[in-house]
Amino acid sequence: MDSLTVVLNALPAILAGSFVTVGNVAASLAMGLVLGVPLAVAQVYGNRWARRLVALYVWFFRGVPILVLLFLCYGLFISLGLPANPFLICCLVLGCTSTAYQSQIFRGAIESLPHGQLKAARALGMRDITGIRCIILPQALRLSIPGWANEFSILLKDSAICYVLGTQDIMARASFVAARTHEHLALYAAAGLIYLVLTLVVLKLLRRLEYKVHVPGYSTGMGTEGMGVG
Amino acid sequence: MSAEREEVLRIEGISKKLGGKPILDNCSLTVHRGELKVLIGPSGAGKSTLLQCIDCLIPPDCGEIWLEGQRLAMNDKRGLCAYRAQVGMIFQDFNLFDHLTAEENVAIALRKVRGMSRKEAKARALEELGRVGLARRALLYPAQLSGGQKQRVAIARTLAMDPRVILLDEPTSALDPELVGEVLAVIRDLARGGMTMIMATHQMDFARALASEILFMERGRIIEQGVPDVLLAEGSATRTRDFCAHLLEMGA
Repeated sequence: MDSLTVVLNALPAILAGSFVTVGNVAASLAMGLVLGVPLAVAQVYGNRWARRLVALYVWFFRGVPILVLLFLCYGLFISLGLPANPFLICCLVLGCTSTAYQSQIFRGAIESLPHGQLKAARALGMRDITGIRCIILPQALRLSIPGWANEFSILLKDSAICYVLGTQDIMARASFVAARTHEHLALYAAAGLIYLVLTLVVLKLLRRLEYKVHVPGYSTGMGTEGMGVG
Repeated sequence: MSAEREEVLRIEGISKKLGGKPILDNCSLTVHRGELKVLIGPSGAGKSTLLQCIDCLIPPDCGEIWLEGQRLAMNDKRGLCAYRAQVGMIFQDFNLFDHLTAEENVAIALRKVRGMSRKEAKARALEELGRVGLARRALLYPAQLSGGQKQRVAIARTLAMDPRVILLDEPTSALDPELVGEVLAVIRDLARGGMTMIMATHQMDFARALASEILFMERGRIIEQGVPDVLLAEGSATRTRDFCAHLLEMGA
C-alpha cells in the first residue's frame, strides 16, 4: 500500500476525530467565556481580595504546562475515586486554562475603555452591575474578538496534546494509525491539514462576527473613522 | 434675593483631598428652583471636582448634601442611585455610550433605571432628541456626530430623566469654537425654561447674561459669589473681575 491509500483509508476515521476535537475545544472555550468574563470584572472592579484571588488563579493556570495539568487532574480523579473520563478531564483542564487566558483578554479590553463610560452610567442612576452589564461589557466584548480569535487558535492546537490521555481526537486517531502502518509523515500531514482547515473556518466565522457587531467609527481594527475627541 | 424661592440643592462643607493634597476645602452652596449658578475660576481650582462630588462620582471626604430637603446618605447604594437619577450631569468630554445610537443613548437609562418598556423609552428618547434639534440624527452612533451634536445628545440623555437639577462640567470646553454656539443655545433655552443648573464654564458672556449668581473658585474654595452685575461691574475690585479681564486679554 502506498502512503496515499493509507491516508485515504484512514481519513474517515481521522475526520470522525474532529468531532471530539471540536467538542473539546468548544466546551473549553465556552467554559472560558462563561467564567472568564466574571473573573475579568472581579479583577477590574472587585475589592483587593477578589483581585488577588483572580491573579492567583491566572498565575497558576498560565504557569503550569497543560501536559502536567492533564496528568495531575487524571491522578486526582483516580485518587478521589471519580470516573476518570479522558474527554471530561481534557475539557476541564483546557477550560480552566482558557478561563485564565480569556479573563486577561477581557480585562485588557475593559481597562482600555475610557473611565467616563462607567461614570456616565453611574451619573444616570445606574447601579454598577447594570453599568457593567449594559455599557462596559458590550463594548469590551467587541474589542475582545480579535484576541479571542487568537485564543481559539491556540486552544485548538493545544487540544492535540489531549491524546496522551487516550481521547479519540484527530491527533489520537492519526497517531494510532501511524503506529500500525508506519506512514508517519503522510498521516501527520493529513492531521495537520485538518487542524489548518478547522482554524481557517472558525477564524473566518469570527471575522464575520466582528463585522456583524461592528459599531460605525468604533475601532476594532475595522476602520478608524471618527476617532477624534471633538 | 431669592430666599422666598424653593430650595432644590444644598451642599455644606464639602471637602476632598487627593493624595494628601486638598482639592476642595469646605465648599458650600445652595441652589433654588430655576436658578443658574455659574462656577468660574482658573484651571485646577476644583470646579470639576466640586461638581463630581455633588453627584458623588467622586466621594467627598466630608460634607453634606440635601436634595429638595432630603439629606443624602452617601453610603446607601440604593439611595445614591435614586439621587443620581434625579441629578443630571453633563461632562466636558460628553461620555456618550460609544456602542449605542443617539436614540439608544437616551433610552438606556429610561429602561434600566426608570423601568420603562423599550417602546416607551424609544418614544421618550425621540421626543428629547427633538428638543435639542437632533430628531433626524437619532440612528447615528456617537462617532458619526460632531462634538456639538454629541453634547446635545448628552443633554437630551440627561433631560429624559426629568432631573431636579443639572450639573454641567465645562460643557463647551472640548468643542471647536464654531460648535460652541449650538450647545450654549440649548443650555440658554433650558435656563429660560426654568431649569435649575450649576455650570462650570469659561464662557463669560454667557455667564454674565444668564447666571443668577457667579461663584468664583480658587484653590478649592469658593472665594467670591454674587450676581454678575455686581461681581463684574466696571471698576469693582473683585477677584472675579480680575480673572475675567485676564480671560479677555487672552482672547478667550
